[in-house]
Amino acid sequence: METTIGLSGAEKSAFSAFGLSNITVYRLLSILGLFALWQIGGLVPISVAFPTFSDTMVAMYEMTADGRMIRAYADTIKPLLIGVAISAGFGVTLGVTMGLNRRFQWFWEPIFVVLQAAPVAALIPLITYIYGIGLAAKVVAVIILALPIIVLNAYKAVRNASASLIQMCRSFQGTRLQQIWKVIIPNASPVIFAGLRLGVAAGFIGVILAELLITPTGIGDLITYHRSVAEYAEMYAAIFSVIAFSAITVGSLERAETRFFRPDKKVGR
Amino acid sequence: MPQANEGPPTPATENIVEARDITKFYGTDVHALEKINLGIPVGQMTTFLGPSGCGKTTLLKIIAGLLEPSAGEILIKGVPVSGPGPERAFVFQDFALLPWATVLRNVAFGLELRHEAKDEREKVARHYIAEVGLSGFEQKYPHELSGGMRQRVGLARALAVNAEVLLMDEPFSAVDEQNRRKFQEDLLHLLAVEKKTVIFVTHSIEEAVYLSDQIVLLSPRPGRIHSIIRPDISRDAGPDEIRRDKNYLDHVEEIWQDLRKYLE
Repeated sequence: METTIGLSGAEKSAFSAFGLSNITVYRLLSILGLFALWQIGGLVPISVAFPTFSDTMVAMYEMTADGRMIRAYADTIKPLLIGVAISAGFGVTLGVTMGLNRRFQWFWEPIFVVLQAAPVAALIPLITYIYGIGLAAKVVAVIILALPIIVLNAYKAVRNASASLIQMCRSFQGTRLQQIWKVIIPNASPVIFAGLRLGVAAGFIGVILAELLITPTGIGDLITYHRSVAEYAEMYAAIFSVIAFSAITVGSLERAETRFFRPDKKVGR
Repeated sequence: MPQANEGPPTPATENIVEARDITKFYGTDVHALEKINLGIPVGQMTTFLGPSGCGKTTLLKIIAGLLEPSAGEILIKGVPVSGPGPERAFVFQDFALLPWATVLRNVAFGLELRHEAKDEREKVARHYIAEVGLSGFEQKYPHELSGGMRQRVGLARALAVNAEVLLMDEPFSAVDEQNRRKFQEDLLHLLAVEKKTVIFVTHSIEEAVYLSDQIVLLSPRPGRIHSIIRPDISRDAGPDEIRRDKNYLDHVEEIWQDLRKYLE
């Protein structure tokens, strides 16, 4: 998106024969480079526990074909979705309110700063004491990781909303509600969405941590199981799928933001 | 451009805006304005001119209702006001355009806040976009426009709400010199058509003399009215003749002699 500036005609023409823009080409090169390094690292091998990229992809294909991967995702996605939905809804609302109201900010800010700084993996056993080993515990693990960053970003975005735009809205007799909905929130949306993207990525970490540390289910179980029987290609296939899934989710959030909140970004900013 | 200012404006005598004993402190120690008493004649162009720190923007924002005076009151058509109102529209120094909105939505934004129907407000917006010379740019975003074009959007937005008084806070300070001159000429032309009362803040003496019916010279810290000058230059002549006019040059020189003592 923002990298579209400064595409000179000469730069474009190099790859345009393939119908690809310069950005796409460089992004593909970056990913392919990473896969190549992975392949080399596996061929050396760095460790017997480090499979090549191609072995991992074969394992991934097999696991998808026989349905193991899909069943695992069916387990993992439930606490993830619930946790992320709660964190996003509650987090953005609370963060925006904190940005608009000093008292809210004073009360809530320390809690989330502490939560964000805390080593959450160490807290997860504590969650099991309270919430047991079921769905609730995993949802809580997702929320603990995702919520603070969403709240803190939303609050800072709103607090730093453009004073000049707010004054403009006042000068045209906008009400406080119009000011919030038509100026402050759209103005804050890039940073709110940055928080959401980080929060969703953190939520993925939370759900995997919970599946590794609380009860082995879903993707966490696939990782644990294949490690225990030394099937490293399968283990890395599971890990790789989480990373890919997380990256795709975060990427589509960015698209949603551009489409619904900041159409101006589409036009080469 | 329907209604608003029907009939010819009564010269000088009728004041649409009045400032009475306006005093402004920022905190306890910054004394920005001291007992400003001022009348703004209807249908004319009044400029606040002075060195930086003389409180000219503060005074404009108090008239706009964006700042509270520490003492004194602002009357619009004889009625005291607090806060912004529909009879005043503001043009901002930094343009204050919504970066996520097209030119069309930005110009219609004042009407959008008043809950006017989308068709209706876009019709009005298109009219003023054409008047400021931006036809064809309706669907562009502010970052795709030059500084001068952005300020034309700001002006169109202020015109679209059909306020009687336009308040312009150094509108050309972020615009380059060539565009500034063109913009000044267009502004004079536009105001002759629209018949608005304009209060204009500037630190450019030439700009003030070129544009104004009445120049309010402010002295710095605390801001007081130093003098009020009525250049009385015929607007019938072309812009280049005005800029060579003896009367125009004399006024520029006289104001400069007045202001330079504050710089020493």
